Amino acid sequence: MTRFRALALLPLMAVLSGCNLVVMSPSGDVASQQANLITISTLLMLLIIIPVMVLTVLFAWRYRQSNSTAQYDPDWDHSTQLELVIWAAPLLIIICLGALTWMATHLLDPYRPLDRIAAGRPVPADTKMLDVNVVALDWKWLFIYPEYGIATVNEVAAPVDRPIRFNITSSTVMNSFYIPALAGQIYAMAGMETKLHAVINEPGSYKGFSANYSGAGFSHMRFTFHGLAADGFDKWVADIKAGGGKLDRDGYLQLERPSENEPVRRYGAVDSGLFKAIVGMCVEPGKMCMHDMMAIDAKGGLGLAGIDNVMPLMHDKLSRRGTAVLGPVPVYVAGICSTEELTGRAVESSLGVLNAPADASPISGAGLPRSSITPISAPAPAFGPRLTANP
Amino acid sequence: MIDTSTVATHPLFGRLTLESFPYHEPIVVATFVAVVLGGLALVAALSYFRLWGYLWKEWFTTVDHKRIGIMYMVLGLIMLLRGFADAIMMRLQQAMAFGGSEGYLNAHHYDQIFTAHGVIMIFFVAMPFVTGLMNYVVPLQIGARDVSFPFLNNFSFWMTVGGAVLIMVSLFVGEFARTGWLAYPPLSNIAYSPETGVDYYIWALQIAGVGTTLSGINLICTIVKMRAPGMTMMKMPVFTWTSLCTNVLIVASFPILTATLVLLSLDRYVGTNFFTNDLGGSPMMYVNLIWIWGHPEVYILILPVFGIFSEVTSTFSGKKLFGYTSMVYATVVITILSYLVWLHHFFTMGSGASVNSFFGITTMIISIPTGAKIFNWLFTMYRGRIRFELPMMWTVAFMLTFVVGGMTGVLLAVPPADFVLHNSLFLIAHFHNVIIGGVLFGLFAGIYYWWPKAFGFRLDPFWGKVSFWCWVIGFWVAFMPLYVLGLMGVTRRLRVFEDPSLQIWFQIAAVGAVLIAAGIGAFLLQIAVSVWKRRELVDRTGDPWDGRTLEWATSSPPPDYNFAFTPMIHDNDAWWDMKKRGYKRPLGGYKAIHMPSNSGTGVILAGISVVLGFALVWYIWWLAAVSFVALLAAAIHHTFNYHRDFHIPADVVVRTENERTRLLSGQV
Repeated sequence: MTRFRALALLPLMAVLSGCNLVVMSPSGDVASQQANLITISTLLMLLIIIPVMVLTVLFAWRYRQSNSTAQYDPDWDHSTQLELVIWAAPLLIIICLGALTWMATHLLDPYRPLDRIAAGRPVPADTKMLDVNVVALDWKWLFIYPEYGIATVNEVAAPVDRPIRFNITSSTVMNSFYIPALAGQIYAMAGMETKLHAVINEPGSYKGFSANYSGAGFSHMRFTFHGLAADGFDKWVADIKAGGGKLDRDGYLQLERPSENEPVRRYGAVDSGLFKAIVGMCVEPGKMCMHDMMAIDAKGGLGLAGIDNVMPLMHDKLSRRGTAVLGPVPVYVAGICSTEELTGRAVESSLGVLNAPADASPISGAGLPRSSITPISAPAPAFGPRLTANP
Repeated sequence: MIDTSTVATHPLFGRLTLESFPYHEPIVVATFVAVVLGGLALVAALSYFRLWGYLWKEWFTTVDHKRIGIMYMVLGLIMLLRGFADAIMMRLQQAMAFGGSEGYLNAHHYDQIFTAHGVIMIFFVAMPFVTGLMNYVVPLQIGARDVSFPFLNNFSFWMTVGGAVLIMVSLFVGEFARTGWLAYPPLSNIAYSPETGVDYYIWALQIAGVGTTLSGINLICTIVKMRAPGMTMMKMPVFTWTSLCTNVLIVASFPILTATLVLLSLDRYVGTNFFTNDLGGSPMMYVNLIWIWGHPEVYILILPVFGIFSEVTSTFSGKKLFGYTSMVYATVVITILSYLVWLHHFFTMGSGASVNSFFGITTMIISIPTGAKIFNWLFTMYRGRIRFELPMMWTVAFMLTFVVGGMTGVLLAVPPADFVLHNSLFLIAHFHNVIIGGVLFGLFAGIYYWWPKAFGFRLDPFWGKVSFWCWVIGFWVAFMPLYVLGLMGVTRRLRVFEDPSLQIWFQIAAVGAVLIAAGIGAFLLQIAVSVWKRRELVDRTGDPWDGRTLEWATSSPPPDYNFAFTPMIHDNDAWWDMKKRGYKRPLGGYKAIHMPSNSGTGVILAGISVVLGFALVWYIWWLAAVSFVALLAAAIHHTFNYHRDFHIPADVVVRTENERTRLLSGQV
């Protein structure tokens, strides 16, 4: 009988041995601690789950109607001692689990800089954290290395045993940045920046993807995370630098448009203010950045004049996936020129960039025809009259 | 000189064009043809047998809580077939789409299917089933003649149907949402979902939500005000207690859903910025609001089912429920705590560690009263005489399945564990484990338990057992692979896969889905067989299970007025107590009984609401205006209807009761 049962289990075991439970056996210290927590919590709960399941089967069998030898006590419906036990037992387990949760949640808070790179190996004092800026685009991932001035699409790498800080945002809808072998996930949201601290302990190539549904191309929103030895990482960076190519704002606006199954791309140089502009949702020329808007609002806002400081939204996300067919014309808050921006813009207009955007006609979603729209031909007036939809 | 992206809509048809009809999609066209043929056959059959008048007079316009309860169950069953068709399509797609294969569904379809599956299963399967059972059983359990507001009950039902109709329309006219069942912005905003899908979602839920909220108010009033004399709060049957708590949750949480969807529709229709990325909007606000409704919603589904298990365990163990008082307190504690845990649905959205731990720990605390309930059922079985009829089989299957789902739920409540399991197939397995293994198993237990009460004959046990084993084994086969896949780091809502080693697990899950399909088939067959063999399966006593609560005191099916005399209650197992004390049914002294009259207004109002919803989805403004005015006019017109009640004459009562006396004596 036992041998027969073992035989029946064989195919199951064959299947299980062929699969890679990456969540339970990851390659990064943070994910390892999370996996341990799953194991400990499960064991803790099994302390009560198993007795309940055993008792259920036992009582169901023992007190079946046909078993007339079992005691029958139809009016027995209360026992203070038993009640104490059935409330106290789960309570005790939850107290243990709650304490564990409180500690682990604070210890493994994704915003908290790491203090160890593996069990018993604190972060060496001279280690510099690797910053990686992550942008979830429709439907691919952009990675910017501010330290090295390079950028990649759908590929990211980090040296083994060096703490990484991911600064994560999104260009449009919500996604979730997740590399199961490295650490837990965190949402990527437009206009906001989330953070994730992690470290990879074993070299290798790992899968990364979006763990939050974001639209038609979601299934293909994958990337590869390479854990590289220190010199391998330096070579990777050097190769990308040598490969040339620059990701500037216009290039970003092109890249940001919805596309699926994007191949890996590498940029040897990157606009240094790009990530800040993406988080501020002001990569497009003439748009006021979120942080400027918030600073102005914190000082009391622009008053009534602020109402007029908007521009009809055209070359932007609102017409990205289709045509807005109803309601007032979508608008954006026009930028108020700072010295920095003024100089920046002067340079750009002298190059003719501003007057001739690469492709200013709004696209209206995959497969749909482009609507005919006149592009913006002049920079936004700072406090000018509100531009209406129809002249 | 700035043109805009605003496109004018047609004055007559709004944005409805020929292209809105998916005539170029073979699957949809085939479904449509099947639906039309089936519908025509049904209409022809009803006309041939001259059943329209009967259906309209006796069913559609009825204000009898029992018939409305049955109609809710029929609605739930029909929508279960639709929701399950979606499920099996997903399972098939995910079992196929490997190694460069795109499967057989493109993203446009697949994304609608998983959205529709979630929306339909929660709002139009689980909710109607739960509401239907509460509607049928609660007034009987408390010795009432009907609910507090019988017409409102009819109206609530038809509004729920209205929402379901609008969702079904989206299958053939336009499309459904491609956002996931909770329609998170910014994806559900007009910017990223400009088509009609999200609008169908919004208006279907708004129309059905009116019904759900009103039915919640109705049942609270009924339970609070209409209990038989002697039935104090702590003498109410446990199912009535859990129904009370559920309806309190409904009334307190559905307005949040309504308000959230109103804000989303303002964003979509008039260009406000509540949940947009830009101009001060906050999508995170939507996620918070929707889960402040969404988490209590989970308990709205599971609490009544806990009540069913309590009734079933105690009845089939032939024993008083162990720890009635602690059961009631556990229910109330769960009701309150269910409002303090919503953030556990998005630990990964960047809240601080203290906030996450708070919500993680409150979530774990809910498992304490839930655990106490499981122990109470366990000790009800202890020293009992357990009859393994179908309801009890479902209960034991529930106890063994649900604890696993509870365990994985507590695991997901540990924030660092959630960071690696959130949105994964592990999560999918978890909530199907509690919704199928908890809610659905309980609903089946309830259906088998109260079916003889509703129809006067039992369900055929053979096909019931076939259905039971198919469902239970099918569930484990379908969802255990999903737990494994979750631990392999596979996320939800994926349409195609790269890693070929995953395929076997999806294939196993598909086999499980086929087994569940067989379970559904056997259930339908069982109903047909039981109707066929109803004379063999008949129950003349009205009390086939040796029941304990008041609904078993009256005949099966109960007369329109439920009880000829209002019973006096002395114990929380009222009927058991009456039987024990040698209760004799009074055989004379009947009086005329005051009853509410039927009304067609509920059907009319809900019908107009569907038209209004359709007009709003398609921007057909003239039709929206006309139907809105019509809606108000019909509602006001109903207030002038003074023929709202009548008396069942005493001789009819005498005749009905004498018939029952004859049946009862023929039994001896």
